[in-house]
Amino acid sequence: MRPFTTLTGIAAPLPWSNVNTDDIWPGPGASPVLKAGRMPLQAPPDQHGPNAFAAVRWNDDLTPKPEFVLNRAPYDRAEILIARDNFGCGSSREMAVWALAAIGFRCVIAPSFGDIFHNNCFPNGVLPVRLPELVVEDLLRQAEDPDARFTVDLVNLQVTAPDGSVHAFAVGDYQRTMLLEGLDEITATLSRVPEINRAEAAYFARRPWLAPEALPAAE
Amino acid sequence: MKVTPDMNARTLYQKIWDDHVVEEFPDGTCLLMVDRQLAYESSIIPLERIAAAGRQVRRPSASLAMADHSVPTVPGVARAGRARKLAELCEQAGIAYLDPDDPRHGIVHVVGPEQGFTQPGLLMACADSHTSSHGALGALAFGIGTSEMEHVLSTQTLMQKPSRTMRIVLDGELPAGVVGKDLALAMIHAIGAAGGVGHAVEFAGTAVERLPMSGRLTLCNMAVEGGARSGMIAPDEITFEWLEGRPWSPKGALWDAAVAYWRTLRSDPDARFDREIRLDVGALVPQVTWGTSPDEVVGIDGRVPDPAEAPNERVAAAWQRSLDYMGLTPGTALRDVTIDRVFIGSCTNSRLDDLREAARILRGRRVAPGVHAMAVPGSGLVRAQAEAEGLDRVFLEAGFEWRLPGCSMCFGSPNDSVAAGERCASTSNRNFESRQGKDARTHLVSPAMAAAAAVAGHFVDIRELGEA
Repeated sequence: MRPFTTLTGIAAPLPWSNVNTDDIWPGPGASPVLKAGRMPLQAPPDQHGPNAFAAVRWNDDLTPKPEFVLNRAPYDRAEILIARDNFGCGSSREMAVWALAAIGFRCVIAPSFGDIFHNNCFPNGVLPVRLPELVVEDLLRQAEDPDARFTVDLVNLQVTAPDGSVHAFAVGDYQRTMLLEGLDEITATLSRVPEINRAEAAYFARRPWLAPEALPAAE
Repeated sequence: MKVTPDMNARTLYQKIWDDHVVEEFPDGTCLLMVDRQLAYESSIIPLERIAAAGRQVRRPSASLAMADHSVPTVPGVARAGRARKLAELCEQAGIAYLDPDDPRHGIVHVVGPEQGFTQPGLLMACADSHTSSHGALGALAFGIGTSEMEHVLSTQTLMQKPSRTMRIVLDGELPAGVVGKDLALAMIHAIGAAGGVGHAVEFAGTAVERLPMSGRLTLCNMAVEGGARSGMIAPDEITFEWLEGRPWSPKGALWDAAVAYWRTLRSDPDARFDREIRLDVGALVPQVTWGTSPDEVVGIDGRVPDPAEAPNERVAAAWQRSLDYMGLTPGTALRDVTIDRVFIGSCTNSRLDDLREAARILRGRRVAPGVHAMAVPGSGLVRAQAEAEGLDRVFLEAGFEWRLPGCSMCFGSPNDSVAAGERCASTSNRNFESRQGKDARTHLVSPAMAAAAAVAGHFVDIRELGEA
């Protein structure tokens, strides 16, 4: 996984609440990209870019909708997305994170995130940053300036806004370390197999009806 | 008499969490054992990645797999390649797979509880947000992404930070015609679509205690629409009665041992929740969503709200966007909103009770001219039992399509979708923009309310509807 330490770049303002993962990665019934067969449904993660926000980003003939922020310069090169509360709510589809990462986003800033989306960010090298609502409103305003540049610093856990204001944020140590070092979580957990084996043995001893050998015949 | 609160008191969530900890890290992140996982088409990529990495599925018997999202529900239509792919991968990994032709096949969140695969005290995961459903039986169950599913299948564990806890107490005796779906919608309206973010919810109160398992599953299913990744209900006699004799349920002495443990799975009287919400639902009326967020809900006796009366500017803007999308005018009575489509199905409302409640309305009535209506049972067993009771005849004679089990029109898929601008009364869980098809308009309701709307061609108050 690609590590994340610090990032300075353009932030696209998306002043919407409750942006759901159907908005971020619309399904085959809603997406002009998938309908047109421009991108296979089972494309590898880094090829989901065209379907990012497809229903609001593209017309049915796949020409860009000029009013959508990600179709306007300089936001078409943004690496940071700023949105209102409950970003990434709804479906668990990790394609939502794949699509954002594939079009260059490495960080999303919002007052709150859908829990599953939040967890899906880390294995894809995307950093979700929670900041208070009033701060986010201010950042949304500052991002309207096309020359504005934001810095997200995972080492020191702070966001520096274009006006120089600094805003601290929190990320769990475990997830922070994984992201800073670009570690693969499965590899890390597989190094703990002896601990897992011990915990499982004790668990099946106290919950004998769940032990694999006690399961009713699976046919 | 105890004067000081018991500092060791724990919530139901904490008890199940503690039972599954392998290792705790300094920031509170825990490596947790996962008991069981449900797999559908979203597990194709995790299984492919595991094979490509030369790894093994750690415990094949912990998974139950079936294709539900991509399977066509029209009888006689060839199944999609995704189901075949999933079948192949499951066979290679030694995972139990229910073929679409198997009578036990269906939507994972219907089949899990139906087979007794879901049980109290289990930690369950599935790469689907509506995994919260299984909390209805007192399991800690939540949706995860593709990467986390690969982690579960590879290690039978998950790395998680504990959620804050929230108890939602729903008290009162539900009026006739008001069901689990109405409770779910009223609950989401009360807390908001983001109200449960970061929280594990426990539903309690007299209305929940009296709720049948079908209604409990609907309520926990929609916890995620209120932002909570998990929703759970303490197991009780209704739970034990539901589970006894199911294929995966423990048998004999192990059943007794399991029930003895399951009886301990309730929040201690002194347990503290980070948040507590109380709602009196004794006078609840059938609920309908009017907008594009599941918290945009009114009673059937209500009207489409006016952004001019919104609590603040941002809410007003959100309401206006919803109204524009839905093609509705503020002040319109919900009863005057006409519909084009009716969908009875999905992991929210496709169980036997749901079909029975809809059929009760439909018996002796006909779908209004111009309305297209379909009923999609949640599993082959639900479908067979419904047919044994003659419910298929009721749906067909009323002018409904009677389909095979699958997710169908809950989301816009090549199989089933609502056309642009069409309005659908749906028993599913999400009224998001374009959820059921590009520019489709969705109103979420209970099965009986959907059936009544099909007959009238517009929303009606089922409490005013007599026998046909």
